[in-house]
Amino acid sequence: MTARSQSHFGARLTLPVSERDHFRGPTGAPVTLVEYGDYECPYCGQANVVVDKLRRQLGDGLRFVFRNFPLTEIHPHAEHAAEVAEAAGAIDKFWEMHDLLYANQDALDDPNLAEYATSLGVAPAVIRRALLTHAYQERIREDFLSGVRSGVNGTPTFFINGARHDGSYDLETLMEAIAAAAK
Amino acid sequence: MTPETTEQKTRNRAVALEAGTAAPDFKLHSTPDQLVSLSDFRGAPVILAFYPADWSPVCGDQMTLYNEILPEFRRHRAELIGISVDGSWCHNAFAKERRLHFPLLADFEPKGGVARTYGVYRQQDGICERALFVINAEGTIVWSYVSPIGVNPGADGILTALEGLAPGPKDVA
Repeated sequence: MTARSQSHFGARLTLPVSERDHFRGPTGAPVTLVEYGDYECPYCGQANVVVDKLRRQLGDGLRFVFRNFPLTEIHPHAEHAAEVAEAAGAIDKFWEMHDLLYANQDALDDPNLAEYATSLGVAPAVIRRALLTHAYQERIREDFLSGVRSGVNGTPTFFINGARHDGSYDLETLMEAIAAAAK
Repeated sequence: MTPETTEQKTRNRAVALEAGTAAPDFKLHSTPDQLVSLSDFRGAPVILAFYPADWSPVCGDQMTLYNEILPEFRRHRAELIGISVDGSWCHNAFAKERRLHFPLLADFEPKGGVARTYGVYRQQDGICERALFVINAEGTIVWSYVSPIGVNPGADGILTALEGLAPGPKDVA
């Protein structure tokens, strides 16, 4: 191994999308968009709005997958927020919680998280237990490490049909990249 | 400004030390009153991460990313050391704000002296390259990489290099 032996361009998703993932949109969609994100990252919050627009415009043409990439040292609430989203996912409320978390990025402490859970009909005890036992920590770490091995160097990072999207993540740029991948 | 001659270009473009080279020892400040040597780490793998400057934007910041991956590095018994030409007071403030749990060394005086010995000093800019070295327990470089200055190289290459190291006695036990 020598200097400049490694290319960071053309990075690809090393953990293929599978049943383990949370996704929105049909399995047979021509394009799968994977995002590695952090619930407390403001750029991810902006990106989530863009993803919602993409989903609305592309309908069944897009499957969207979200994986956790919490930067816990700079975002002190990111890990618990991810754990709560996963706990909600265990009773099929992942995306409802995902949307609530991104809509309330400035209020993600534990009492806030419990409040959002209650509003979705998730028992507070379920959330307390998840945070106490860190039942979903291993899964979140698996998401994180799969990102590290795939060339996720910050958040948000997108993959379109398995190839890392290195352009910006505004609506127009992502739409063009998705259209190119769908061809 | 006059155009660079070929000779100047060659002189200005650093060539990073490659795998198989003995890692040059150094002694630099980790805090205003504490010095750290590479030889202090002999017996365990070391990751040297040269970077251009403290205080780059947060969510895509290389040191912030490595801070999150520290448990993985340590699973390989490896210690991470960040190096830039920033002074130790600057490093202090940066490490505190980003809650970094690994040492940042100040290659401050003579400026970039250690970066030069590793072939990763950008003379024209007065900063280090964004360069990675994985050094084994015996002090030999086993992998090096120079990233384009504006591109966060991530950690995949580091982890692959660490996985390629022969298991140490502690791992066998």
